Amino acid sequence: MIINHPLLGPRDASEFTYLGDAALIDRPDWQAENAADAFYEYGYLRDNPSGEHQELWYHEAGDRSWLVVTRNTLTHEISKVELARDVARARGRSK
Amino acid sequence: MHDLVAITALGGTEPRVDTIAGVTCTEVPGVALASVAARLGEEANCVKALGDLIEAPTPEVGQWAGATISAFWSGPDQWMVEAPFESHEDLPGQTKAAMAGTASVTEQTDGWARFDLSGDNISSVLELLCQLDLRKISAGSADRCSIHHIGCFVLCRTPEHFSIYGPRSSAGSLHHAIVTAMRSAL
Amino acid sequence: MTQTNRLEGGQIDRNTSLSFRFDGRSYTAHSGDTLASALLANDVRLIGRSFKYHRPRGLLTAGSEEPNGMVELRTGARKEPNTRATTIEMFDGLEAYSQNRWPSLKFDALAVNDMFSNFLSAGFYYKTFMWPAAFWEKLYEPIIRRAAGLGSLSMEADPDEYDKGFRHCDLLIIGAGPAGLMAALTAGRAGADVILADEDFALGGRLNSETFAVGDHSASEWAAQAVAELSSMPNVRLMPRTTVIGAFDHGIYGAVERTGDHLPSLPAGKPRQILWRIYTQKALLCAGATERPIAFENNDRPGIMMASALRTYANRFAVTASQRVAIFTNNDDGHRTAADLHAKGVRIAAVVDVREDAPSSYDYEVLKGAQVTNTKGRHGLSFVEVSLPDGSARTLDCGALGVSGGWNPNVHLTCHQRGRPVWNEAMAAFVPGADLPVCMSVAGAANGILSTHGALQSGAEGAAKALDLTGALPDLPEAEDAPIAQTPFWYVQGCKRAWVDQQNDVTVKDVKLSYQEGFRSVEHLKRYTTLGMATDQGKTSNITGLAIMAEVAGKSIPEVGTTIFRPPYTPVPIATFAGRMKGQEFHPTRLTPSHYWSKERGAVFVEVGNWLRAQWFPLPGETHWRESVDREVRQTRASVGVCDCTTLGKIDVQGTDAAAFLNRIYANGFAKLAVGKTRYGLMLREDGMVMDDGTAARMAEDHFVVTTTTANAVSVYRHMEFVRQCLYPDMDVQLISTTEAWAQYAVAGPNSRKLLQKIIDPEFDISNEAFPFMACGNVTVCGGLRARLFRISFSGELAYEIAVPSRYGDALMRRLMAKGEEYGVIPYGTEALGVMRVEKGHAAGNELNGTTTALNLGLGKMVSKKKDSIGSVLSEREALVEPDVLRLVGIKPLKPEDKITAGGHLMNTDGPVDAAHDQGYVTSAVYSPILNSNIGLGLVKNGAERLGEKMRLVSPLTDLTVEVELVSAHFVDPEGERLRA
Repeated sequence: MIINHPLLGPRDASEFTYLGDAALIDRPDWQAENAADAFYEYGYLRDNPSGEHQELWYHEAGDRSWLVVTRNTLTHEISKVELARDVARARGRSK
Repeated sequence: MHDLVAITALGGTEPRVDTIAGVTCTEVPGVALASVAARLGEEANCVKALGDLIEAPTPEVGQWAGATISAFWSGPDQWMVEAPFESHEDLPGQTKAAMAGTASVTEQTDGWARFDLSGDNISSVLELLCQLDLRKISAGSADRCSIHHIGCFVLCRTPEHFSIYGPRSSAGSLHHAIVTAMRSAL
Repeated sequence: MTQTNRLEGGQIDRNTSLSFRFDGRSYTAHSGDTLASALLANDVRLIGRSFKYHRPRGLLTAGSEEPNGMVELRTGARKEPNTRATTIEMFDGLEAYSQNRWPSLKFDALAVNDMFSNFLSAGFYYKTFMWPAAFWEKLYEPIIRRAAGLGSLSMEADPDEYDKGFRHCDLLIIGAGPAGLMAALTAGRAGADVILADEDFALGGRLNSETFAVGDHSASEWAAQAVAELSSMPNVRLMPRTTVIGAFDHGIYGAVERTGDHLPSLPAGKPRQILWRIYTQKALLCAGATERPIAFENNDRPGIMMASALRTYANRFAVTASQRVAIFTNNDDGHRTAADLHAKGVRIAAVVDVREDAPSSYDYEVLKGAQVTNTKGRHGLSFVEVSLPDGSARTLDCGALGVSGGWNPNVHLTCHQRGRPVWNEAMAAFVPGADLPVCMSVAGAANGILSTHGALQSGAEGAAKALDLTGALPDLPEAEDAPIAQTPFWYVQGCKRAWVDQQNDVTVKDVKLSYQEGFRSVEHLKRYTTLGMATDQGKTSNITGLAIMAEVAGKSIPEVGTTIFRPPYTPVPIATFAGRMKGQEFHPTRLTPSHYWSKERGAVFVEVGNWLRAQWFPLPGETHWRESVDREVRQTRASVGVCDCTTLGKIDVQGTDAAAFLNRIYANGFAKLAVGKTRYGLMLREDGMVMDDGTAARMAEDHFVVTTTTANAVSVYRHMEFVRQCLYPDMDVQLISTTEAWAQYAVAGPNSRKLLQKIIDPEFDISNEAFPFMACGNVTVCGGLRARLFRISFSGELAYEIAVPSRYGDALMRRLMAKGEEYGVIPYGTEALGVMRVEKGHAAGNELNGTTTALNLGLGKMVSKKKDSIGSVLSEREALVEPDVLRLVGIKPLKPEDKITAGGHLMNTDGPVDAAHDQGYVTSAVYSPILNSNIGLGLVKNGAERLGEKMRLVSPLTDLTVEVELVSAHFVDPEGERLRA
């Protein structure tokens, strides 16, 4: 597979390490009332879509960027690649 | 002045040199390195300060620039600064001063082993070693890649001169891979 | 031997004479021959014995689709079984042997299998050897394995080298026949970056096998000119002897280049083969077509070959399989072979054409509406029996029979990403479907365009379309454009033993039987009969098998289904996939800064991940490792020892939010750690299990040096980048690994301070008051070399870790040894390190095994409830905190000499020994020379409350039962007085 890195252009997937669903960016609030349930869902429950899937890839043999890759699980077509940091900020994560 | 004797990454007191069919692979211990990573919100100032330090425009993605002190891009808002070891053993200190709080600076001198390839037809050696698209590489390129599962930087000084940086502890494996590829391709 | 079947002409170099041996007998050949053409030239038709029935077999084809003509090539360690004689490029001194025969090719004892063929029909494995089960392994399988099968392995390590490489291009053209060459000319002249790969050593494909003209030249001359023009283009890379074996995602192709297979021996350092990964924007498949056979009674006799193969042997290699040849065809292409052979002076016994309206010839007899009903001949063809439309029979006297059943496009690579070929009724063959691999298009015969003109045109158009070329296409040379009508004719009715898959010995009857027995899906048919599952992957048999099944089922072929193909296109040696990654180079080796010194000291090394670490340092006279390790432990605890701990991961954490970041990463707090202090840190996974542990030293307000375990250095760094980039993108924190940059040594033991005071420059006060336990700071050593000092202890002794730039690490170790002589300083390895940490009760890799929580390890209080950190919420899950959870304890045998076994389980002194009564297990076990006893660490239910309790340590697998006592995990200096001294 080829991942079109937003900064570096097309790079072989073998340079990357796969983590999983990009929902892992949405880490729950530890002080929320339902924190235990929310963390349980965050830790263990995943959608397994047949089709487009947003997932986290780490450019381990490259620039060490975490990327959010939108990949079709049926065809392997990659329609979008973003820096995870930008995605995280867009989803409201800060510090 | 301390009295400890340095050894090269390959364990010798003199750098290793291998020449095969007109291409020479030279171990280069005489280089000091410091990493520069911009502090949050200081990215623009960092770029400017780094440009001043290397007396050249701060390199863009996938590039290196500079002369005596040079720098190459290593990641988003991150660079590696290079300078001759003899004259710049305290490169991290000099860099830290020059960056004036706009960046985190870390000594990387002995984190890396460097091998320089010089001669014609280096690309036929490199295509056995790494996945880089050599058609896109020209003087000024600096790319990170994997060579035989070793994370490396490949810098094109000129088409007849490349520098390969790999982790110092894996220097022996990296050197073996390079020289084997030279024997195979040349 | 004279080459009795050599003809005039051809593209061989008659000026070179090469000698080769087959089954020990010497022959001669020319440069440009294959082993197959050279054998035919020397009138050798019998090449091997078939897989199941041991029937005599010869060559069927002239290409990589060959199912029959397989040999063992070369000798000794370089012996390669199952090598297709049709693809072996001749070299001087070549040696090959026939395979699957005993004692000799002409007299094969196991040919008796052929007489019992009724027992060996489709599915015989499943039917015959069902019972009793034990017989399978001990009796049936060994016998079958000896009888059935192909060539044999040398059983020696492959002495050759293999490379891997990477190439990029705009257009990859697969196949250098008329379509591929024309595509390459079109793309190359337009300036595109082109790779043209072909499995053959001579580029040109079928053009090298034909006599017709292309433009003003013969077909092969035109091909040679095209190749010459392409060679002159700097933007075109020609890769002959290169098989594109697979089409992978996003324009990645695998290709095997046989750089050395045609050489008598490899030059030093040169690879035998290179596995290329080719990255391309576009690919054009010009893989041509494969002629398909017709099945008839005894159609497997040596001498019965594909008609197009006979043509290739005659035109390209100037060889005929026999001086008297018959043709059996259902289409005009068979007549082309007859005409070419006739022109070369070969006698044509007759052309047998199943069509009533077959074309006539003035040069030889054409039997129209006729069929071949049987063949005769002991080790090769002698007679062909033909039935004529009027019911009469004819016997043809001939030594070779060319069979032509039409052509199947080579669609293989179009299927590599789930693509299914579609049935083309007009040509009665499968052609590439619509769902091709990304970026791939198909031209020429592979796309069902069987004329030469059509191939040239579709090659040019295919390249232009793939590259979006706007200019006019290059002028095409004039070439034949004969329409090729293919009316299917799969097999001759009434035959009893007609072979469909010659490599796996599958007959027409087997296919029918399998259907009758209920195997209705093509995939089941394949697995039941093994049709198409041999090394040729059914290139000459799959479609015929499918057609027979369709007929029996009364369906059309597309209704029955298609069979698709997987990589690799042709077999690839395992060694090619390994490349240079074998033996010592299987993975990169990481050496510590003290490696060369340790080697001089005679250290025994151990692999820890990719690192080589000194395990112990034997002294002269020490014969058992325990002697060395016990001494290293005693001497360190008595005086001082030095251990290279460079391999621990070191991560520089900087930024104004560095402390806040560590607060998230670690379960315990770091915000209040003072500058110049170090703290032990416990890192959890989000699920509450311990991920790793280490220390963080605060070098400045905004600068920490974090250490990780050796094993987790990479994964912890990755995790920290995840937290930084994905969870807290607005924290001002920067990370970089410095593991390699510093040579770091643990200096441990009561005399460690005294030793270090001799190294560290005097202006730095490292007295207990000035530099207490857990202090850290920058110092200089040996007259001004920058260094870092950490007062941390893994052994439980007064201890430090000192770090200098790696290039000075070797010298520092030598200096420490020299300066420490008066204290009897010794180096210690990972074994002594492990003994001391168990004695001290420190959890390490064995305890941080991915299933343990901080509470399990006795570190529950470290998990701060006052801050947000990774894993803190889920670490409080009910099941993880109930009173009965496993807790870390020390384990001591009642008899000190009794061995503690890691992995052994702990049971109460009374009661059953089973999983239901399991109380816990041992994680680490060592011999403590300090306690003069075996000791261990383990995890025991509610263990913290059970100290002093007696238990049984059991290992039912090894019948082990040892009486033990649960004790504090801190065997040595439980109050920590030594490390604070």
